[in-house]
Formats: sequence, C-alpha cells, structure tokens
Amino acid sequence: MELTETWYLVLSALLFSIGATGLLIRRNPLVMFMCVELMLNAVNITFVTFSNSLRDLTGQTAVFFVLVVAAAEVVVGLSIVVAVLRRNPEADADDIAALRG
Amino acid sequence: MVNVITFIIAGAIVLGGALGVIGFPNPVHAALSLIASFFGVAVIFTIQEAHFLALVQVVVYAGAIVVLFLFVIMLLGVDTAQDLRTEPLVGQRSLGLTFGAILLALTLGGLFLSGPGGEDGAVALTGQESVVRPIDAERSQIEQLGEDLFTRNILAFQATALLLTIATVGAVVLVRNKGGEDLVIDEPGRSVE
Repeated sequence: MELTETWYLVLSALLFSIGATGLLIRRNPLVMFMCVELMLNAVNITFVTFSNSLRDLTGQTAVFFVLVVAAAEVVVGLSIVVAVLRRNPEADADDIAALRG
Repeated sequence: MVNVITFIIAGAIVLGGALGVIGFPNPVHAALSLIASFFGVAVIFTIQEAHFLALVQVVVYAGAIVVLFLFVIMLLGVDTAQDLRTEPLVGQRSLGLTFGAILLALTLGGLFLSGPGGEDGAVALTGQESVVRPIDAERSQIEQLGEDLFTRNILAFQATALLLTIATVGAVVLVRNKGGEDLVIDEPGRSVE
C-alpha cells in the first residue's frame, strides 16, 4: 500500500467537515472558536500535502501565514468572548447580539 | 508501509480529537481533545517532511493557543458542563449535521471527480511539479522557508507584523476594565461539577 496525496486530502476534508459541523451545532462561543481552529488545521494539512507532492515551498509559507492569522484571530475573538462572558457567564452564541450598539 | 501505519494512527488521533471537541459537553475536555488533534496534525506534517511546521504546530497551536483557551475558561469560570441533551434552538442540530454532510460530500466529490482521475493526486490536478519555488533537498528546510519569507513574501510578512500589533492593541482595549466594574469570578466550590 502506498501513501498518496488522496489519503491526506480525504483526512483534511473530514477534519474540515467536522469543524464546520461543530461550528453549526455547538452554542458555546469558546467551543465554536475551537471548531474554527480545526477548520484552519484542515486547510493547513492541504497546503502541506500539495507543498510536498508538488515539491514547492509556497504551501509551507502559506501555512506560516495561516498560523499568524489564526493567532491574531484567537486573541481578538477571545477578548470579545471575555467581554461578553464577564457580564453573563451563561452566555451562548445568541447573546453575542448584545454587542449591537 | 511504516508511513501508512503512522498515517492511520495519526489520522485516527486527529479525527478522534476533532470529534471530542464537538462532542464533549465540558469546554475543558473539548480543549484537551483539541490538543490531541493538533498533535496528530503535527505528526501528519512530519510524515510529509515539513519538520519545521510540525514543530511550530506543537509550540504555537498546542502550546500557546490552547493554553489561551484554557486560561480564558479558567479565568471566567465557565468550565461547567453544558447540557447537550436539550436543544435550545429546535432543528439546529439536524440542520447542522445535514450541512456538514453536504459539505463533506462536496469536498470529496470535488476531490475524486475532478482532474484526470485521483490516482496521481495533486500532480494530475495541476499537470506538473513546481517551477516557482522548488524544495531543495540538499539545504535545510528552515533556511529555505526563511529565504522565501524574507524575499518573495516580505510585504505579507510586514503586513502580519502590523496585524499582530493591531490584534494586541485591540485585545487590550476590549478587555480593559474601565469604570471600576467588578469582575464576575466564580465562587470557590462552585466551579467543577
């Protein structure tokens, strides 16, 4: 048995779908953020797979930038979640509507 | 053959961790299975000879980002299990699962039905190997990655520096406690159930 790119891409598709499903069905904002991270990781697997199979470094550079953007996104997202949960520790996704001015 | 076995074990950890994230009612357990999933992804990177990225994956994702999640969970004391049996929004779960299944079918369909067949994978999709920035097997990967980052992608690199600065300032502004309003901190003894 040989390990082809298809295996990695199927794994990536599964991981992305699990992340997207979790984002849709969970109501805790923290868990929703974790699901976004799962989706970003699925994309990273795809980038590295094509980088490896096409012998091109650009995919790995893209993963690097995805990492940076994910870190920035988590910082800002979590601070919004902290601001909302601080007022109401039982808040779920619907209560983010309280941010409306 | 060794690679196949490693891939299957790592893939099982990745998918099991991901299912744990969306399945555990307690956010702390979800964060811990997220770590498992990230480690699995790091192993997948290692199989594909992206050693530097595997290292960064463990340090940044499993280290920094999940610790940030756990820190927020503990700081706010929201580490109580959510009741997953009731469904506050009727039909949300079935609709979510349906959309997830449709997404999976579309991605797998795009993977297997596009190009001249799935046998040759990526090469079949685009036709040929890289001519833009080929990986030189003789030189170390981190050296090549740094070179690519600081020559071709220097503008994007500077943009990320700006982005990180803005994110840090934004986080400080958002969480700053103005007006002396008290933090809601959970009482001792209430936290874990």
